[in-house]
Amino acid sequence: MNIFLTYTVLGFVIGASYAIAASGLVLTYATTRIFNVAHGATAMVMAFTYWELAYNQGLSNWLSVLIVVFVVAPLFGALLERWVIRRVAEAGVGVTLVVTCAVLVGLIGAAEKIWPPGVHQLTMFFPGHGVTVGKVHVMGNDLLTIGLAVVVGAVLYGFLTFTRTGVAMRAAVDDRELLALHGGRPNLMASLAWAMGSALAALAGILIVSAQPTQLNYVSLTLLVVNSYAAAMAGRLTSLPRTFAGSVVLGLLNAYASGYLWTGPGWTGFREAIPAIFLLLMLLLMPQARLRVGRLAGVPGVRTPELRRVGIAAVGLLGAVLVGNAVLSAVNVNRMALGLCFAILALSLVPLTGFSGYVSLAQFSFFGVGALTVAKTHSSAPTAVLLGAVLAAAAGVVVALPSLRLQGLYLALSTIAFAQIMDSMVFQNPSLGGFGGSLRTVRLEVFGVRFTSDRAYAVLAAVVFCVIGAVVIGVRRGRYGRVLIALRDSPAACATLGLNPRGARVAVFAGSAGIAGVGGGLYAGLENQVGSTNFQFFNSLPLLLIVMCAGVTSVSGALLGGMLLMALNSFPGVQGYLFLVLAGAAVGLGREPNGIVGWGFEVWGRVRGHRRGRGLRWARVAAEAEA
Amino acid sequence: MTRLEVQDVTVRFGGVTAVNEATISADGGQITALIGPNGAGKTTLFNVITGLQRPTAGRVFLNGNDITHTPTHRRARVGVARTFQRLEAFGSLTVEENVRVAADAVRKKAGKTVRGRQRDSAAVTRELIRKIGLEPYAEVRADAVPTGVARLVELARALAIDPALLLLDEPSSGLSEAETEAFGELLRELAGQGRAVVIVEHDMALIMRVSDRIHVLDRGVVIASGTPGVVQTDPVVRRAYLGDGDGDGGRDGDDHQDFDADVAVVKPEPLLPANEGGWF
Amino acid sequence: MAAILELQDVHAAYGRIEVLHGVDLTVPRGAVVALLGPNGAGKSTLMKVCSGRMRATSGHVHLGGSHVNGAAPDALARAGLCMIPEGRGVFPNLTVAENLRLSGLAGQATTAQIYETAFTRFPRLAERYDQLAGSMSGGEQQMLAMARALVTNPAVLLVDELSMGLAPLIVRELYEVLAQIAEQGVTVVAVEQFADMALAVADFAAVMTHGRVVAFDEPGVVRRDLAELYLGGDLGGDLGGDLGRAMPV
Repeated sequence: MNIFLTYTVLGFVIGASYAIAASGLVLTYATTRIFNVAHGATAMVMAFTYWELAYNQGLSNWLSVLIVVFVVAPLFGALLERWVIRRVAEAGVGVTLVVTCAVLVGLIGAAEKIWPPGVHQLTMFFPGHGVTVGKVHVMGNDLLTIGLAVVVGAVLYGFLTFTRTGVAMRAAVDDRELLALHGGRPNLMASLAWAMGSALAALAGILIVSAQPTQLNYVSLTLLVVNSYAAAMAGRLTSLPRTFAGSVVLGLLNAYASGYLWTGPGWTGFREAIPAIFLLLMLLLMPQARLRVGRLAGVPGVRTPELRRVGIAAVGLLGAVLVGNAVLSAVNVNRMALGLCFAILALSLVPLTGFSGYVSLAQFSFFGVGALTVAKTHSSAPTAVLLGAVLAAAAGVVVALPSLRLQGLYLALSTIAFAQIMDSMVFQNPSLGGFGGSLRTVRLEVFGVRFTSDRAYAVLAAVVFCVIGAVVIGVRRGRYGRVLIALRDSPAACATLGLNPRGARVAVFAGSAGIAGVGGGLYAGLENQVGSTNFQFFNSLPLLLIVMCAGVTSVSGALLGGMLLMALNSFPGVQGYLFLVLAGAAVGLGREPNGIVGWGFEVWGRVRGHRRGRGLRWARVAAEAEA
Repeated sequence: MTRLEVQDVTVRFGGVTAVNEATISADGGQITALIGPNGAGKTTLFNVITGLQRPTAGRVFLNGNDITHTPTHRRARVGVARTFQRLEAFGSLTVEENVRVAADAVRKKAGKTVRGRQRDSAAVTRELIRKIGLEPYAEVRADAVPTGVARLVELARALAIDPALLLLDEPSSGLSEAETEAFGELLRELAGQGRAVVIVEHDMALIMRVSDRIHVLDRGVVIASGTPGVVQTDPVVRRAYLGDGDGDGGRDGDDHQDFDADVAVVKPEPLLPANEGGWF
Repeated sequence: MAAILELQDVHAAYGRIEVLHGVDLTVPRGAVVALLGPNGAGKSTLMKVCSGRMRATSGHVHLGGSHVNGAAPDALARAGLCMIPEGRGVFPNLTVAENLRLSGLAGQATTAQIYETAFTRFPRLAERYDQLAGSMSGGEQQMLAMARALVTNPAVLLVDELSMGLAPLIVRELYEVLAQIAEQGVTVVAVEQFADMALAVADFAAVMTHGRVVAFDEPGVVRRDLAELYLGGDLGGDLGGDLGRAMPV
């Protein structure tokens, strides 16, 4: 009974911190319809700021909390809304996710620069104090967490019910435009919501790290607050009371799981996956999305190249790789090969996100399936890579099938849930290397030719990239490609033409995952050893960010994206500059969804005097032809 | 011969009744018009016929088969096609690709359509582009053509699946007078091929000229059905259109609101749920 | 007769699709203008441009002598322009009281004054004080929307399709309120697709077709030709002829 009570109290403490963080997420999403992937990163940076004030600058704990929660965090949230979020308010889910991804990556980068890795000492609030309920001792810090969650709930309730500003904020959730017609200021409401959301993230972050100082690092707090996504989904990202209820349920589930579940090695992964499974369940309980009609939507695309140009580009790439082999140092040749493997991974996003408009944050998981297959079979035969691709494609089907009903943001969130489940239940499974462990791999052998040298391997990766790239372009030019784009532009019209969207969606997920699997298989051979940390869900965030910025609608964009991802990994020195470029490109995506490459094509077209490439220019040509 | 029957269909969005026990029919070889004031429920009725909106009550029959619960894409395969009031052309595809997607969609392995004729989708596409007069725009992206042209793209796309029942939602808005004239002839030709054409339209001159039968909707209720001559002089219809001074033609006290959204507006959920008399 | 709202050659487009092809309209101060026309004529778009929800691609909008192209809708609302949009003038997930409270965002009325004015004119709203606006009938929702116009006492009131989908008795009551608001000296522009009711209270009627204002006259003159415009048939009278010529090319 005492044990049960202990875990119940623990569950409420965990749930309370989820509730504080999740209510902030709900406030920002409900008022602006932009899902803040960087919510956890905000909590992380604010927790570091708190640590800086309290332990480096010598301010008292309480003063530091007040400064961070009531000054620094709200200011950060409001400025973020004003200068970043508002600029992408009208953009699609993909762009808004990428922009908040950019914020996340930027915050982590900034935190690493300002607070170098090390041990960060923290003390709890009310150390040594506590209350004993029955035979269970509840620490002061835990009581504070629960108490503050109650206070947050009460204050939010009071604010949203009894103040005109609060009522206006709820009105903005209902209908922003009508609020403006009433004379209310929707933009001010949005800034206020983001300021409050940021303050709540900060509060949650500080409470979590003061209970567990080990959580004060760049990634784990960022991800820990990801669990609040799950709680927020219980309220469908809009209802605060349901979010609080979801937080408590999730907290209790977590606590009971750590108390009662069998503690074998396989179950550790399951326990870690509980929030992700909860998130997936909440998503699957969402009502079926209606087919929306009512807009003639076209996404500007780059021109699909003719076969001749594809050939020229392929020869060009191979030539460049050969030149690189001749002039680059051994370590740089290895980096080039790595970049090509990443480019294949990036290519997997082209049909999925570029053509079909689905946002996936599980690509590194498919990549990992390919790599692990090659590693486990320990074979040098190309069939191992193919087997990896097939298994990855199967994983893609597993992602696509349950999420057939979901659209846009919810689909993206379900891929996050899947990736997290893969992280904790597959990649960290001891028989597959385990966390921190690794598996040795061997290099590929095709028709008796063994690609042992990095130079040969780079050529192999380039050839595979060209082949898959040509297939992707071929698909775009053919019937299936037209269907994918038609489904993105208007699912309702497709249905009235007799097209069943489900088959096409499953197929594109499978194909995309298969491509990622091939990339993973080649990567495993290149690296000689692979481990779970290579494929963490977390890596999929910068991947999506980089590929979208480079140009997710074209094969050249995938190549650039792969190389940038490699640079990010291999040249720590350029990270800062790269983040700056990416942040700019991410905000620019609102206007140029074809990324850096699309912009480059446009400039190139202008230089060559060709008036083509993008929709509106076509229209002008047509209008001139008419006249 | 094709026959569409909509029987006692009611659609409610929450407490709001958009269509109220509407019964209409349309026959192959004829042009049937659906007219009525803004918010009368015409587009909602189209959504019910194509399966984009599930009716609260009532049934839809095509050639005697109950298709009320058939998914939209299956209805298309038995020959139901439509255009949209707010444009739904595939904006990122060229006009030709728009039509080609539809032509491909019904092409079966044997190269036959569901209705049994041999066809090749590239040839069908070329032929339709020529027939509808879209040649100058064939290579232009659909989000870059004028509204009137985009409506024609939707028409060509709908025709590419060789429909037995063709539903056109305000097809002539955005067309010039001369184009509207030609469009009327095209409609007659399509009906002449044995298709059932149902048209929602506000251009009364066009409606009166081409349609064989008219159903008039007002606030979700079919208030009159008949030939153009009968409908034009019907006093109930005139009252519905011109406002009702004395109120005896309306339904007093029955003050429901309705609206003619393509699909019901999905209301955002409240930040706080409400109980009567307070929160929580 | 000073103009309070003046539109000169206003063009507006949804993306590339132009819906207003040069609208000219002058609304005299204190007048009630009925803006009529068939579906798709651009009436609602014109209202969006006037209320700042949509930006004119070219042309000029003057409100009370100021050039207001590109002004934000909330700024216009606080400056005394009250717009009741088509079909959804209330926040469905807020209670009646909360909806009324937000009326105070424009204008100087205190919450107590707002409640008093609204509940005196619409006792039914007082009964539904704590009810969610979205759960009320369409007529009651429209009353709530009109209550905002009543309590904020704006300079200009724009109403889009007040009668849409409502039974005649309710519409009559709403138009009585509209007339009462007009008596306070408020300039009113009421958009209606089919409306004897609007013509009955209007000082002037404007007719729009195909993105242009094609007629502006006394209600009696306009009324004669409306039937032909809407239901087709012989476009006989003077106005009918004008309308026929005004069709876009």
